[in-house]
Amino acid sequence: MIRALIPLLIFLGLGALFAVGLTKDPSKLPSELINQPVPVFSLTELYDAKKEIDETIFKGRVSLLNVFGSWCTACLVEHPLLMRAAARKDVLIIGMDWRDRREDGQAWLEQHGNPYSEIIFDEASELAIKLGVTGAPESFIIDKAGYIRYKHTGIITSEIWHQKLLPLIETLKVE
Amino acid sequence: MIAELGHFTLILALLTALAQGVFPLLGAQKSHDDLMALGDRLARLTFVLIALSFAALTWAFITSDFSVKLAATHSHTAKPFIYKISGVWGNHEGSILLWTLMLALYGAAIPAFGKTLPVSLKARALAIQGLLTFGFLAFILFTSNPFERLDPMPINGLGLNPLLQDPGLAIHPPLLYMGYVGFSVAFSFSVAALIEGRVDALWARWLRPWVLFAWSFLTLGITMGSIWAYYELGWGGWWMWDPVENVSFMPWLAGTALLHSILVLGTRHQLATWTVLLGISAFSLSLIGTFVVRSGVLVSVHAFAVDPARGVFILALLLAATGGALGLYALRAKTLKGANGYEIISRQGGLVLNNLLLITATATVFLGTFYPLFMDALTGEKITVAKPYFDLTFAPIMMLLIVFMGAAPLLKWSGDSLGSLKGFAVKAVLPLLFIIVATALFGKSVLGGLGFALAFYLAAGTIAAFARRSQGFQTWRAQPAATYGFVLAHLGMAVFTAGVTAMSIWAKDDIGRLKIGESLTLGAYEFTLQSAAPGARENYQFLGAQISVKHQNKALKSLQSEQRFYPVRDMITTEAGFHFSPTSTVFAAIGEGNVRDGFILRANIHPYVTWIWLGALLMALAGFVSLCDKRLRFGKDEPSP
Repeated sequence: MIRALIPLLIFLGLGALFAVGLTKDPSKLPSELINQPVPVFSLTELYDAKKEIDETIFKGRVSLLNVFGSWCTACLVEHPLLMRAAARKDVLIIGMDWRDRREDGQAWLEQHGNPYSEIIFDEASELAIKLGVTGAPESFIIDKAGYIRYKHTGIITSEIWHQKLLPLIETLKVE
Repeated sequence: MIAELGHFTLILALLTALAQGVFPLLGAQKSHDDLMALGDRLARLTFVLIALSFAALTWAFITSDFSVKLAATHSHTAKPFIYKISGVWGNHEGSILLWTLMLALYGAAIPAFGKTLPVSLKARALAIQGLLTFGFLAFILFTSNPFERLDPMPINGLGLNPLLQDPGLAIHPPLLYMGYVGFSVAFSFSVAALIEGRVDALWARWLRPWVLFAWSFLTLGITMGSIWAYYELGWGGWWMWDPVENVSFMPWLAGTALLHSILVLGTRHQLATWTVLLGISAFSLSLIGTFVVRSGVLVSVHAFAVDPARGVFILALLLAATGGALGLYALRAKTLKGANGYEIISRQGGLVLNNLLLITATATVFLGTFYPLFMDALTGEKITVAKPYFDLTFAPIMMLLIVFMGAAPLLKWSGDSLGSLKGFAVKAVLPLLFIIVATALFGKSVLGGLGFALAFYLAAGTIAAFARRSQGFQTWRAQPAATYGFVLAHLGMAVFTAGVTAMSIWAKDDIGRLKIGESLTLGAYEFTLQSAAPGARENYQFLGAQISVKHQNKALKSLQSEQRFYPVRDMITTEAGFHFSPTSTVFAAIGEGNVRDGFILRANIHPYVTWIWLGALLMALAGFVSLCDKRLRFGKDEPSP
């Protein structure tokens, strides 16, 4: 009798975890980072190992910080959209090449095009950990004051871009 | 008007499915023959009603009736006819309707093929099938109505996601669902057996063809999905360990275990409770898969429309179905008695090991897939689990499985000893050593040598087992179809193993920016960009490139690759040019660029990747061959030899 109960108990445990899982949106930023300034960091540019970049680059303009990597297959899917957004000058896009090798990241951009105005090279997840990045692609919308206002996990689809992100960017531009 | 009719028949089906879920069950409890017989008719009626509803939805897509919201958001007048039809299931609402249609189809097939079944068992199984259908119909009607209207009606539709405009999509989901949903029969019969308190060899022999049927379709479906992702997405991989792939793979693993345990139950009257548990698990894993895909609890590269309300509903369905079944199991498992005891060194012992390993493999994939969700639920920490985890945990289990797979079929059902493997072991040692050494020398990889040796060992063991059963091939004609099924499936696995080994060790790729006439060298291959020119077709614009390929100065077929732009969806896709071959598959994909600076070209060489699909297709074929076995003919109750 006790042994026969084991499958049910395991399943109920799983069911409870699924139920809790449902209440969490895997693509949501832990709320403590929303409306907080971009954490302090100091990293280098992807193309120029001598050029330092820090949190001040987010000041004074609305920007989209996009986490990518040459190893990230899903990034390929959203890349054409970023290329078109950059061509239309929808918003300033800053890249963050994460857990990558410099030459691989550069080769990847060479192949697929470069929509980024600047690229933070974060080989050792220094900024990624501070931002709570869980995977790539991931994108943050940052306002003129350098505060994180929104985080999107996963591929930016055309719908998400036009219905969610772009309206928010337009609002932040006039704030 | 047609859409309203479709909606109406769906509501009627909800009622008939509920009746199918209640009356035969009552009839079986009270031994009331007429009530039990009602189940057959209700199952057919439910199927016909859902089929009419599905036809109505298809009609809205074919005639581009954009007042139906689903057609407006997923179809377009400029879409080729075949994609208008496949568009019906290229979205959430339509695919769930297809799911339910198949559930009802299996329900209607039970009485059609089950004339010799014990009446009460059949009635109870039909009732469970009816309750499942009812649950899914309620899900459709309350959270995902496919017949919702749009007012005002748009002039044209949004079009189907271009990635899905491919013959691969037209067949991938229906095949997959035939498999997924097919396990519902095993589920219904397991629950019915628990209610009856009896599982016997007849039950197992009757259920086996259904499991075989579902399993073969699931194998086909997963294989088609892999092929489709490989050439359509052009990511250069045949399996990504993505959550959505994993949830289709787990029912397959559990189904494979079920296929083997049901064999033991059918011939040896053993593993009764275990088989029932697997019957419940295989379908429950299908339900969990549906839950994951439709609720968005996991982040996947497969972007499905997600909605938390749907997640809650499917979770409730899952809890009711699986929770109910396992609760019943807890109460009744002790009444299911099979014969006890077996020796480890026997074919049966091998099948028990096979089951343990397959279930461990399922648990491994399950853990890897759901770990991020569980961590988030328990600690709020967000993490991802990727390919390295699966390579490290899943691959060794599979290798161990192959070791047993090669030897166990050589043993007798019982009363055997390791001594009977000696002859085979002695003959196999030299060729195996040769393969390992040769691969290590020429391929420069010991791991590759081990992989190839395992594949060879499995193939040799399978053929040796066939030789033993057919008295040294003398009676090969007289062997039952099930034996051929076994041989094909295990050989398929050997071919698959060889393909996976070659792909994971010797695949090569490179990227370059080429002007027209320039070439890129990769291994013994030379890729030359011959031309690149823009153009336009039915519903997209494209940049088309011709790439010629030379292998050791011998010209192969030239490859055509396109980058396509779909204005309706604002999306770009890449069509890689492939040269499929039994040895090295070569492909190239064109990227952005211009005549002055050159174009980006990605080149890949994938050795023996086709073997992976060939092996998988052999396994699916094996399932269908096995179905032809005379001993599985419905209605015949002959003792197996």
